[in-house]
Amino acid sequence: MAVITMREALNQALSEEMERDENVILLGEEVAEYQGAYKVSSGLLQKFGSKRVLDTPISESGFAGLGVGAAMQGLRPVVEFMTWSFSMVAYDQIVNNAGAIRYMSGGQYSIPIVFRGSSGAGLQVGATHSHTPENWYANVPALTVITPAFPDDAKGLLKSAIRSNNPVCFIENEKLYGFKDEVPEGEILTTIGQARIRRPGDQVTLIANSASTHVALAAALQLEADGISAEVLDLRTIKPLDLPAILGSVAKTNRVVIVEENKPFAGWGAQVAYEIQHRSFDDLDAPIERVTGLDTPQPYARVLEQAVMPSADRVIEAVKKILA
Amino acid sequence: MASSGAKKVRSKEKPGKSPAVLPTLTPSERVDLLRKMVLIRRFEQKAAQAFMQAKIKGFCHLYIGQEAVAVGSISTLSPTDAVITAYRDHGHALARGMSSRECMAELFGKITGCSRGKGGSMHFFNKEKHFHGGHGIVGGQTPLAAGIAFAQKYKGTGEVTVCYLGDGAVNQGAFHESLNLAALWKLPVIYVIENNEYAMGTHQSRSSAGYPLVKRADGYDMAGITANGNDVDDVREKMWDAVQLARTESLPSLVEVKTYRYRGHSMSDPGNYRTKEEIAERKKESEPISFFKERLYKEKALTEKEYEEIERVAVAEAEDSIAFAESSPEPEVATVFEDIFAPEDQIAEFRPPIGS
Ligand SMILES: Cc1ncc(C[n+]2csc(CCOP(=O)(O)OP(=O)(O)O)c2C)c(N)n1
Ligand SMILES: [Mg+2]
Repeated sequence: MAVITMREALNQALSEEMERDENVILLGEEVAEYQGAYKVSSGLLQKFGSKRVLDTPISESGFAGLGVGAAMQGLRPVVEFMTWSFSMVAYDQIVNNAGAIRYMSGGQYSIPIVFRGSSGAGLQVGATHSHTPENWYANVPALTVITPAFPDDAKGLLKSAIRSNNPVCFIENEKLYGFKDEVPEGEILTTIGQARIRRPGDQVTLIANSASTHVALAAALQLEADGISAEVLDLRTIKPLDLPAILGSVAKTNRVVIVEENKPFAGWGAQVAYEIQHRSFDDLDAPIERVTGLDTPQPYARVLEQAVMPSADRVIEAVKKILA
Repeated sequence: MASSGAKKVRSKEKPGKSPAVLPTLTPSERVDLLRKMVLIRRFEQKAAQAFMQAKIKGFCHLYIGQEAVAVGSISTLSPTDAVITAYRDHGHALARGMSSRECMAELFGKITGCSRGKGGSMHFFNKEKHFHGGHGIVGGQTPLAAGIAFAQKYKGTGEVTVCYLGDGAVNQGAFHESLNLAALWKLPVIYVIENNEYAMGTHQSRSSAGYPLVKRADGYDMAGITANGNDVDDVREKMWDAVQLARTESLPSLVEVKTYRYRGHSMSDPGNYRTKEEIAERKKESEPISFFKERLYKEKALTEKEYEEIERVAVAEAEDSIAFAESSPEPEVATVFEDIFAPEDQIAEFRPPIGS
């Protein structure tokens, strides 16, 4: 198996799907000549030409909506937001158009579009540039929301997202682009909507996604040294939620700490906690804990931002609290 | 000079306070303009070094090469007029009279910074100086400028607002909506497009249809003005017209200033989309500081020796700002929960404790 970065895995997914289906196009700021602000689209212009790999003006609302229109007309656009923080400018197009046209038209249209790009906090870029917006999009009924944590999932899920006939928000995390791991050779198509146990354990389940999965794994490693066995469940897909996997793990460990980078109010973790207590109340031996980004706009100063971010220390503290 | 197609600035007798014609500066006032430009340059060079040493983090967009735009335009304002810009904001902040210490401390994320370490490079603010940010989302500041101007007009303060944006930002919907509102409601706002030819790696020819960009004023029936951003005098002259139009007739205008940035888009940009020769050529033909310095020599407003002193003082001030930033304390972790709500309305129990 090849060991590649998340960035390369995403690049392979784009390249393979563009090769396979000429209706797949890629558009966004700096995706073509600059080779991508984060180099995810590196080489694609050279491979597929400017008809299919398009640099856009800084007009997120315009090009996101253009993508939706093109999808209504049978193309399969991949729209890159340089970061998801800039998708706010296009929110209406994603929510009201991508998110509602199939339904509003009584099912006449498929919207096979993927919105993707980097996201996340922790790199000291301040309040406007640090959003972790999976909650906002998961709140829209018809959107699929995918947040990969590892290169193999990034590749397999992006390929599935491009083939999906639903609008997909594929939310990458900037901190992970350089993360390297094994990715199987050849075609991989990962099923959308399935969580994955990244580390088995039996005393507590750490439910996480994207970069938070790595925070949870770091915490689990330290907990092991303290003789505590933590299972790490990477949701991979926020919507649809893999309830069987979540409830199955809870049945085994009876304790849950949710780790999420996004803000706490109505975060996906709140939904997961609701589902667990609603469906598996008797499996719980302790209240569910959440370790989230703190409920503040993102500060610039490192000391402040570190306090805001979920950390292994905060996860360990939460675990020890419910195991006490 | 109004561009072809764009409306000429209407001239009209000005009531009361501000003179109708651009006041002629004394030689020493002219030297002050140069002093400001040199300070911005040296401040940013120090900031770049500190960034390389990882003392400044995140994104850091330098203004080097564009100094005449902020200095020239802001010199036509009164101190209570409003200034607002995008993320490339160090030059505007310093030109507005913010201290190099508070600016450098913000870059270092210190509590003594102009935004208490919360904003960083892209989000400088100083309300007292009427510097309303420092905005990270491309085009996001443009409706705010219309709103600030709206309030100025509403309150009858006689003040005006200047809003800077880039050549890439003109393609954000918010900018067009702002122009229409400003023209429709006759708001005293001046939108200044700092056309440095590139939006990140995208040359303007690949991002905008309809040249020159100032033509966008036409569609909204606003005054459109063009200035040479490498010539601080030209910027002053053209801005003056726009400021007078806003001040005396409450009319908005769009000013396109031709400029060029010498550094990468941000400190993280290697800049492979243009050649070193292109940059060198631009510097040679129109570097704004030497251009103005030579003019001042010719006018006998400045000697070489005096210029050396200006350089020395600017470097010393930049170094002082670094020392200040370095020795300033980090923000206390507890400050992370401050500044979210108006303190008088803040309900303490609603604050989630750290670790929640
Ligand atoms: C809505 C939004 N989209 C994208 C970005 C990323 N971005 C930051 S600056 C920039 C280029 C802007 O160019 P221009 O307006 O010409 O200003 P300049 O940087 O040249 O001063 C881009 C694409 C952003 N900050 N906000
Ligand atoms: Mg530009």
